Amino acid sequence: MRLKDKVAVVTGAARGIGFACAKLFAEEGAKVVLGDVMTDIGPASAKAIDPSGQRAVFVKCDVGDPKDVQALIDTAVSKFGKLDICVANAGINRVKDFLDVTLDEWSEVIRVNLTGTFLTGQAAARQMAKQGTPGAIINMSSCNAVMAIPTITAYVASKGGINQLTRVMALSLAAKNIRVNAIGPGSISTDMVKVVAKDPSVRRAQMARTPLGRYGEPEEVARVALFLATEDSSYITGQTIYPDGGRLALNYTVPVKDDA
Amino acid sequence: MSAFVPGRHAGKSIVVTGGARGIGLAYAQRLVAEGARVVLGDIREEDGRAAVAALGSAARFVSCDVTKKAEVDALMAEAMRAHGRLDVCIANAGVVSHSPFLETTEEEWDRVMAINVKGVLLTGQAAARAMIETRKRLSDWKGGAIVNIASVNAVVVQHGAVPYPVSKGAVHLLTRSMAIHLADHKIRVVAIGPGPTKTAMEAAVLADPAKRRIREIRTALRRMAEPEEVAAVASFLASEEASYITGQTLFVDGGRLVLNYMMPE
Repeated sequence: MRLKDKVAVVTGAARGIGFACAKLFAEEGAKVVLGDVMTDIGPASAKAIDPSGQRAVFVKCDVGDPKDVQALIDTAVSKFGKLDICVANAGINRVKDFLDVTLDEWSEVIRVNLTGTFLTGQAAARQMAKQGTPGAIINMSSCNAVMAIPTITAYVASKGGINQLTRVMALSLAAKNIRVNAIGPGSISTDMVKVVAKDPSVRRAQMARTPLGRYGEPEEVARVALFLATEDSSYITGQTIYPDGGRLALNYTVPVKDDA
Repeated sequence: MSAFVPGRHAGKSIVVTGGARGIGLAYAQRLVAEGARVVLGDIREEDGRAAVAALGSAARFVSCDVTKKAEVDALMAEAMRAHGRLDVCIANAGVVSHSPFLETTEEEWDRVMAINVKGVLLTGQAAARAMIETRKRLSDWKGGAIVNIASVNAVVVQHGAVPYPVSKGAVHLLTRSMAIHLADHKIRVVAIGPGPTKTAMEAAVLADPAKRRIREIRTALRRMAEPEEVAAVASFLASEEASYITGQTLFVDGGRLVLNYMMPE
């Protein structure tokens, strides 16, 4: 039980990587607050982690709305007494050619991915600073923070911004004993990726750029988050860790084994 | 301070080069506490035997100069002979060198490159071959991990040191190259880039307040690392918990590389 007596908040926790983080943290002893806009599945996700509702609760949270974010953090405090760990995971993506992206589409993605990560981190850090206890904040970036895909303009820009936001936060919060790091996953087997991977050419492209030759599982990202949430990473701050199956290291491509 | 993860490396056979003292010994202590059996390689025989005596029956020592292929091969062979398998190798052996550009001699350049770069290549090759053999022997083998020790000096440099940062930059790229070549063999390859750590290697820095201050104001966390903090990262990267991470250097630097100026006095 590596997170015994810890309290964690995870945004975008109704499914995918966020849910895997919340679930693993709970398995390691933490009490978790799951925030998400997906009110249809969010409550069931919290129940799946803890049917009693004593150790996992769902809160409707649009991370682009400061009031929602504050309510999420306040829930951790009112329900579980404090906040130790925050995973700012909520994110969206819109696929469109650069020339056709409208201002509204750009703003929608930036609002959730970048502004939402800022609002979540600030509210979480204020609570941790108020407590005067050590904290860990983990932002969900992407390998697209340092590489790019031409058809997801705002997503790529937002993730690059998250890497730099992570660095600013790490420096600003170091004296308060709050570490801030990011995770930059490659192609992970989530609903978000499964939608685009239905196209065989997309799948082939993703695997050709993945030396480990497979998609990552949400649990494999959650285990990195667990590492960053514990004292095992006590001398790591401001970093982005990339569970990307080797993608960032690869110049060209690797052969795709299973073309089915 | 971090807590051991009981059983995380249970049943594994692990080799640590430069394992007789310092961070190398900290890796061995952590991995043994988490269930592994280790073989330490080092040129420091006296320290090595003392380390094994302290670690107990899960540890062995082999005298090993990582610049000599035969000695590196013998180190891996001992792990295979004693434990029948190799799961993890930590290529930690290395030297520092304080020689400015104009004063760096051919001999010093060759010495540092031989230990820090060629040593990591030879260690990685021998470890990977032992792991490939392990995979043949064990049908349920979960895969191997090679952890190379780089440095923040893989990407930043300071006045008065030339061969050392260049050698660590090479380790960073060698790690990427090994990761690509060994992925199909179920072997992940990663590196750790520590900042200044409180070891015997840094004794001169620890004893000199001015030198220490230079390091601390360029570190967000305002302190040097404890060897155990670096060992905790190695344990994570060597475990199945890092199963989708390969080809990466993880900088354990207390917030050094991200800091533009200095921390307030």
